[in-house]
Amino acid sequence: MADNTAGNARQERLSTLASASSAELIELWDRAGIDSACEMVRGPEIGLVALRGRIGGGGALFNFGEATVTRATVRLENGAVGHSVALGRDRRKAKLIAILDALAQDPDMESKIDAEIVGPLKESLVVRDKKRRAETAATKVDFFTMVRGED
Amino acid sequence: MYVAVKGGETAIRNAHRLLANRRRGDPSVPSLTLEQIAEQLALACDRVMSEGSVYDRDLAALAIKQARGDLIEAIFLLRAYRTTLPRFGYSEPVDTAAMQVERRISATYKDLPGGQMLGPTFDYTHRLLDPALAGDEEVEAPESHESDETPVVRVSDILAREGLIENDGVSESEEIGDLTRTPMEFPMNRDTRLQALSRGDEGFLLALGYSTQRGYARSHPFAGEIRIGEVDVEFDVPELGFTVTLGRIRVTECQMVNQFQGSSKAPPQFTRGYGLVFGQSERKAMAMALCDRALRATELGEDIVAAAQDEEFVISHSDNVQATGFVEHLKLPHYVDFQAELDLVRRMRAEHAARRDSDSDSDSAMPEAAE
Repeated sequence: MADNTAGNARQERLSTLASASSAELIELWDRAGIDSACEMVRGPEIGLVALRGRIGGGGALFNFGEATVTRATVRLENGAVGHSVALGRDRRKAKLIAILDALAQDPDMESKIDAEIVGPLKESLVVRDKKRRAETAATKVDFFTMVRGED
Repeated sequence: MYVAVKGGETAIRNAHRLLANRRRGDPSVPSLTLEQIAEQLALACDRVMSEGSVYDRDLAALAIKQARGDLIEAIFLLRAYRTTLPRFGYSEPVDTAAMQVERRISATYKDLPGGQMLGPTFDYTHRLLDPALAGDEEVEAPESHESDETPVVRVSDILAREGLIENDGVSESEEIGDLTRTPMEFPMNRDTRLQALSRGDEGFLLALGYSTQRGYARSHPFAGEIRIGEVDVEFDVPELGFTVTLGRIRVTECQMVNQFQGSSKAPPQFTRGYGLVFGQSERKAMAMALCDRALRATELGEDIVAAAQDEEFVISHSDNVQATGFVEHLKLPHYVDFQAELDLVRRMRAEHAARRDSDSDSDSAMPEAAE
């Protein structure tokens, strides 16, 4: 678990990047004009993560299936190492996230990445969730109590 | 007796070529894209992911296309694929209370915090075929309403406040069962049973759940809550030393609430059955919850009187890949086995005839059991 602010920021960035759509990430990447030069330390490789739930929703743990994931580790010329893990089998996305993770260890790059890539991606996720919630809310049942024939 | 041990290579090759041709169908009809399958046959993809036990929508779509729409074949393909992948670890438990809810209903409470939200359901449709769908008419955009941010409280938590329902319970053992790592053993803990049920065949679990309602294992179930929506998948990455979100998956959760008259092991209260499956798979989640509850018979001190309560029967036969493998293997050449049985039946018939002749000769009135 993260126990410092830098860790929290990194954790949040990686989480947003992994949750984002690949197409949108690539578009923002291209627009930001970030250099993708790096050495692949590991992957991108596809594997599985076993998914766990809780019995009854809040009880003991159980495994209820697996999901495909892709992970990557890169090293930049300056020696910074970046990691990524995301659901799905998108190697390119995994590689880009790992590069962003490595680049963001430099404070200047960190603010650029957060402003030009992570911020807009987070905003998209919020907008998407809000739209879905509103569509679901329109199907909410309003009960009317019928007047019963009693004096 | 001569038995062919080799041969058929050309026939097999040509059969596969024919299969590829028939799979494609009429070439003047455009080929399906995986996006079309994933978007428009979304619930078929959900079933393949759930019973294939791998969450990957694109792979499910590919499997459905390759299997010509035969979902059990598609599930088989997905299961085979998963064996080629390394496993990176176990996720943190998904938090269904924090779900981005797309549907949430309760048959036990009319007014409950967060409300009843129907979502994209087949319920209340008239089940009349819609000729308009034969074409490609534009579909209206969904209605949107301002949504409040009231947390969607779990119904089991509401009942728990009164102490009338059993709580979520604690782990029966330190170890969390994993069918993909260790062979099945009976008796089984509830965690392992739930894993088997979550990937079990929908039709089989549906029939068993139905049987419990019809009186084979008394059960008085209420759909306490069904919720469908997306949950975050969180994973502790060792290289980073903290947990990150890997993305979201859609799941269906069912909390079945059952009246329970009490036994020597537990006081009268409501007990619960639990269902959790990939995708929008409401029927499956409900069937899973009914079976989960029925299979808790021993734990709750109930008599085992019906098939749905028999753990070994239910769990051993719930996996449709295993089931189809064993049933369909009967198609494979059994020439040697059959020749042996043929000889045996010939011999038994000869002995039977000889015995009948000798019986009528000696006029014995004592029939004897077959040897």
